[in-house]
Amino acid sequence: MSSFLLRAGLVVGPQTSRVADVLVIDGKVADVGTDLSAPPGCHVVDARECWVGPGFVDLHTHLREPGREEAETIESGALAGAVGGYTALMAMPNTEPTLDNVALVSYVLDRGARTPLDIAVAGAITVGRRGENLAPLAEMAELGVRLFSDDGMGVQDPSLMRRALTYARPLGVRLAQHCEDELLAAGGSMNEGAVSSRLGLVGRPALAEELMVQRDIELVALTGGALHFMHLSTARSLELVAQARLRGLPVTFEVAPHHLTLDETSCEQFDPIFKVHPPLRPRADVDALREALRAGTIDAVATDHAPHAPELKDLPFDEAPAGMLGLEYAAALTFEALGDAPNPQLFFSVLSREPARIAQLRHDDVRVRHGAHGGCVSEGEDANLVVFDPLMSWTARNEDLHSHAVNSPYDGRTMTGRVRATLAKGALVVNDGSLV
Amino acid sequence: MNGSIRGQNLLTLNDLSREALVEVLDTAESFVEVNRRTIKKVPALKGRVVASLFFEESTRTRLSFETAAKRLSADVLSLAVASSSVKKGESLRDTIATIDALGIDAVVMRHQSSGAAMQVSRYVPQVRVINAGDGLHQHPTQGLLDAFTVRQVLSERAGTSGVETGAELFDGLKVLIVGDIRHSRVARSDIAAYSALGCQVRVAAPGTLLPSDIENWPVQVVNDYDEALEWADVVALLRLQRERGSGSFVPSLGEFTQTFGLTLARAKRLRPTTLIMHPGPMNRGVEIDSRVADLPSAVVERQVANGVPIRMAVLYLTVAGTNEGVS
Repeated sequence: MSSFLLRAGLVVGPQTSRVADVLVIDGKVADVGTDLSAPPGCHVVDARECWVGPGFVDLHTHLREPGREEAETIESGALAGAVGGYTALMAMPNTEPTLDNVALVSYVLDRGARTPLDIAVAGAITVGRRGENLAPLAEMAELGVRLFSDDGMGVQDPSLMRRALTYARPLGVRLAQHCEDELLAAGGSMNEGAVSSRLGLVGRPALAEELMVQRDIELVALTGGALHFMHLSTARSLELVAQARLRGLPVTFEVAPHHLTLDETSCEQFDPIFKVHPPLRPRADVDALREALRAGTIDAVATDHAPHAPELKDLPFDEAPAGMLGLEYAAALTFEALGDAPNPQLFFSVLSREPARIAQLRHDDVRVRHGAHGGCVSEGEDANLVVFDPLMSWTARNEDLHSHAVNSPYDGRTMTGRVRATLAKGALVVNDGSLV
Repeated sequence: MNGSIRGQNLLTLNDLSREALVEVLDTAESFVEVNRRTIKKVPALKGRVVASLFFEESTRTRLSFETAAKRLSADVLSLAVASSSVKKGESLRDTIATIDALGIDAVVMRHQSSGAAMQVSRYVPQVRVINAGDGLHQHPTQGLLDAFTVRQVLSERAGTSGVETGAELFDGLKVLIVGDIRHSRVARSDIAAYSALGCQVRVAAPGTLLPSDIENWPVQVVNDYDEALEWADVVALLRLQRERGSGSFVPSLGEFTQTFGLTLARAKRLRPTTLIMHPGPMNRGVEIDSRVADLPSAVVERQVANGVPIRMAVLYLTVAGTNEGVS
């Protein structure tokens, strides 16, 4: 019998928070209260001045296995996630080959089950992510897949997207779209604007994202299928989704930590480490995203954790692949973006509760292979928990990363707020900020 | 001197002050004289090694740089790097590390990707990097030799020398740049140089060949091209970058020639003293009529000739890090 006692942290519920002890026995929250006594052999974690809440759930993780194991494996990604406070990750299907059938999805689920975290899988919407034919969504849904995406690229053909939404609706699954019209963004490697123009880099206009958001909102209105917008990056995209919600449409969205903390001027030195799709935007968009985060109108912060081998980020800017690491710094960056008086409920809402709802990983969801996430930290729940120290100041260092790849743009940045402990699947995976 | 390129990399003209630009022009002036000698060589960079690393095809720029380096007595390592070597998987970092391992003081680099020279400069901080053209970004020595050519011709006409003139003749000089501004690294360097030197710069192009944020650039977009030709002291034409896909930015080459080509009829609007410039290679019959290219006021060959002293000056200042003892 394993037991853990998280001592005297601020236990953050959906509505209120209170200082309490959390006792975990055999993978379940056994008790929440003050001055709980530790059973014999219990591991006590000092959580004073820390926030204790449900473990983070990442809706958008590129684990690269199979195919690009030099950049990341399911195992290394899970460990990086644990250090970042995550207890569940949604593995994206743009591996090599694509996760577009039950055999490959099963493979990733099996490998994921051997890691300390719960690894959920997003299946591809179309075969090979080629945007031509629907992948077997129903068969994958049987295995427990609840989210489907061609991420890396959106489904460009509106007729196919319409069909996908219509087909997905009765399955009770959600589609997730990378919104960029690739014809409008063609050849672009950073945000289109004054900076790209000066640098002589072909731009990816904000409009490429916004037009597709607009198109998909109308397709959702037409079909009634549920849609999740991935990594929205402009003020206008957020406005469009807000309007869609007023119409009562089943749309949700995420923003990425890098879009909350970096702007397009980061590209001025032509360092491909800052290349990402959708691209880093002007400061005004960054500010609008941060404002929306503080106002509580953003559903989820999702990392778009995208490991790439070092040699690929040594290519010229226009040839290098897009994407950056995210798992280990997302919590601190979200905390930073929440501003001077960060609201702990909001923090856990965007990092855990809402992403768990979107991924259908909560207590009352029909789950096939995974534990429950994004809960209330109350008796009887699965013990997927995180202890976050909001006062700790630390420096991000590439050499401390757990991913195989090191393509993080935050090397040397001072961060505030750090994950002290992660309990996943009932085990203490991270303690004192390090893997146990 | 503030912002001098002495001992620095030359990656862009964007950050260079008027004084720094004039320093390069004045240094080049002294090398013009060297190029007129029977023995066209000075020992300024004797024992130094300059690598020329062209990922993208180029005849004149490469020849010009290598000639410049040799006239300064530098050893030249000329590496034929097929642009495909990177595509085959060799990173920029490995390519430059290989060359650096041979022992070099400077690398002159051309690449089809914007920013490649700046990336390389981070990999080899002890080596001076001279950008010989990177994608759509910058072509600093072209901007310098264009300004140098303007100053040279105008000061000759005034019966004085460029060095004596300094930068005064640039004050209010009317420069009209015509053509594919959007895809042109030459335009970006020219505009940086001319505006820092005090010129009034206007641009004329079809809407699709202007950058989408042209309002942020230190230029005026002309509405009436014919009127602008009468206005200009200098008309700088740009090569229509067909290889960069700019063909699809205009309906046809014929239409481009009709609307923005410097045709013989249009050239009649120019004052006889107006300089006609082109960075080459020219698409005769597209952006410039063949007969216009051969007018006495067209100084295209002078631009080519001035490439050598400008590049000698750039190599000298960046590599030797001083402008003392040029003679």
